[in-house]
Amino acid sequence: MLQLQNIYKTFEGKPVLTDVNLTVPKGATHALIGSSGSGKTTLLRITLGLIPFDKGYVKINDQALLSFTQVEWADRIGYVPQDGGLFPHISGRNNVALIAKLRGWSKSKIDDRVEELRKVVDLYPEILDHFPREMSGGQKQRVSIMRAAMMDPAVMLLDEPMAALDPLVRSSLQQELKSIFQRLGKTVLLVTHDLGEAVYLAERITMLHEGRVVQTGTYRELLLQPANAFVGQFINAQRTLPDASEIT
Amino acid sequence: MKPWVRRALWFALGISSGGGVLAADSVVIGGKIFTEGYVLGEIAAQTIEASSHVPVTRKLGMGSTGILFEALKSGAIDVYADYTGTLAEAILKRPELRSLDEIRAALADMGLTISESLGFNDTYALAVKEEFAEKHGLHTIGDLVAIQSSVRAAFSYEFMDRKDGYPGLVGSYHLGFNPQQVNRMEHSLSFQALSQNAVDLIDVYSTDAKIKKFNLRLLKDDHNYFPVYQAVWVARKAFVEEHPQEWQALLRLEGKISEESMRDMNAQADIQKVSFEKIAAQFLGAEAPAARSSTHEIARRTREHLWLVGVSLLFSVLVGIPLGVTAVRFHAAGQAILLSSAVVQTIPSLALLCFLIPVFGVGTKPALAALCLYSLLPVVLNTFTGIRAVNPIHAENARAFGLTPRQVLFRVVLPLASPTLLAGIKTATIVSIGTATLAALVGAGGYGAPIVSGLALNDVPTILTGAIPAALMALVAHGLFELLGLVLIPAGLRRRP
Repeated sequence: MLQLQNIYKTFEGKPVLTDVNLTVPKGATHALIGSSGSGKTTLLRITLGLIPFDKGYVKINDQALLSFTQVEWADRIGYVPQDGGLFPHISGRNNVALIAKLRGWSKSKIDDRVEELRKVVDLYPEILDHFPREMSGGQKQRVSIMRAAMMDPAVMLLDEPMAALDPLVRSSLQQELKSIFQRLGKTVLLVTHDLGEAVYLAERITMLHEGRVVQTGTYRELLLQPANAFVGQFINAQRTLPDASEIT
Repeated sequence: MKPWVRRALWFALGISSGGGVLAADSVVIGGKIFTEGYVLGEIAAQTIEASSHVPVTRKLGMGSTGILFEALKSGAIDVYADYTGTLAEAILKRPELRSLDEIRAALADMGLTISESLGFNDTYALAVKEEFAEKHGLHTIGDLVAIQSSVRAAFSYEFMDRKDGYPGLVGSYHLGFNPQQVNRMEHSLSFQALSQNAVDLIDVYSTDAKIKKFNLRLLKDDHNYFPVYQAVWVARKAFVEEHPQEWQALLRLEGKISEESMRDMNAQADIQKVSFEKIAAQFLGAEAPAARSSTHEIARRTREHLWLVGVSLLFSVLVGIPLGVTAVRFHAAGQAILLSSAVVQTIPSLALLCFLIPVFGVGTKPALAALCLYSLLPVVLNTFTGIRAVNPIHAENARAFGLTPRQVLFRVVLPLASPTLLAGIKTATIVSIGTATLAALVGAGGYGAPIVSGLALNDVPTILTGAIPAALMALVAHGLFELLGLVLIPAGLRRRP
């Protein structure tokens, strides 16, 4: 379970996040959605333990972030950066195994875990020996998910997992991701500006606007009972293309 | 390639084989960087070798008066040949001292002493080509007044700056040269310039063999302006006390070298290209020491040169990379580091060597210090720009994955910056190979030794025996770095074939 409780953050005197609350139950997939400038990237960095915050708690399974070192915290939360964020100088396999090697895992333990995860994300073995520049966008995402899952963290955090993909790849990976999440059985928070992605992958959505949570609920709730005008606007702006009957 | 292998290679990058050989208890003979300095140095060396078993180390062709004198005071050399006029004017700054006794008394305060005159006077003189003298009717320095506005002169740095050189000369003869036409030039190059009619008038030493070779006319000093330059041995008193037998052997040469025999020996070296060893041996009536084979010579110089380049490179890697990393992390310190290493780069190498002699003496140490300082900037700068060019998102991601700051630096940032880093080390190496040739000026040997003595002798083939291996070494270094790039730069960053 991931909990963000009463998070406050100011930057140079200006409030960036105000009383943010968000809970992802164990095994659930949750989306944090907001436009740029909403504070979602700041919240993501706080959740990863990369920047300090003024007030509140970040907890995983009821253990608070502040009672751990950065290194200890990192083992509890697997991070999939935008575009995969693979290190360009090492192969896919070494990207996946980097932390385990630094933690002193044996080679056979590493190999077994990599193989296990490779099957979960459904990747050809030879792709792992490619360098990131030789991989497609979808392959990079899969390798990045393997890396995030390597240390078996309680929570996975994905930043705009689909943003850089072309529409066709996107739609196939979207289905794929859903089953990957199910197979991994992790608590997942995905941060996105894309409503379609949020709706497709997550059971519940938290919408952030100007540093505050404006609504949390299912897509249905957001659509039918928007908490305020902004929520309605945001959802309408991202409606799909008109269907044939609507075109004159 | 395993990461630890790569790191070990990075570490070993600066280390080169070879070795600096430091004689334990030996007599060290210095010599100025012109023909006569080499000849007198070789005569001193062979004289001591013939009369004692103390090993002799030759540091010939070290540079000009300032370097030799600092070397003597610091104990880096024990004895060298200099001239009374030079000692009074350039060292003691008391041009009124004329007699040997006065000069000896003044030097005693510095813990130094001099012999009696070796028998000849090597003073400054002005020289023109014989045809030029005929054309303009030049016989004395005073005759230059008639062509003073058009004559093109090239004078050595030392001559231009000494009170008993150029400044006093123009006063004494009321000469009004056109300042645009008075060039400062390395002494050994001025003969070349004169023979190619690039200039008309140069300063020379009166025993210089090239006067004969280039068919020059010496202009008579009818005002007796130039002081007397008696050649003497200059030594540290400590040396005289510790090695009385060797000092006595040198004193036996007092009054034995006439102006004519000196000019003759200079001519043998300059014109007939007889080796200094042979000239000295002939003069002393002895067998010339067996000539060292040229492959042996090149091997020795290569060893010396590699040692200079290798040590300075190791230093620049071990110090420059941490400095570059520091410069990225701390803004103010970074600017200070970058600025000061850039300032060092602007100091001309000869001047830097001169500054370093009081601290390090002469020989390999000041040369290494100078090379270390020079090779620092490319490494610091490339480390700095290389790291700055790494997308900061990678470092932040690495922290999010649980890498410690150290691991972020060594596993992510430095590997990603490695192509730029390696380019900086390569630049440092190649600059270092070139600059190390100047190390010969302070007696550090290497490929610079034949270049320096070739310059002194105006002997292009000798210069080439140093210049060509140095250029080859630079080429080999270039090739090695290409290969190193295949090993040190992580495969993911290499260009696809």
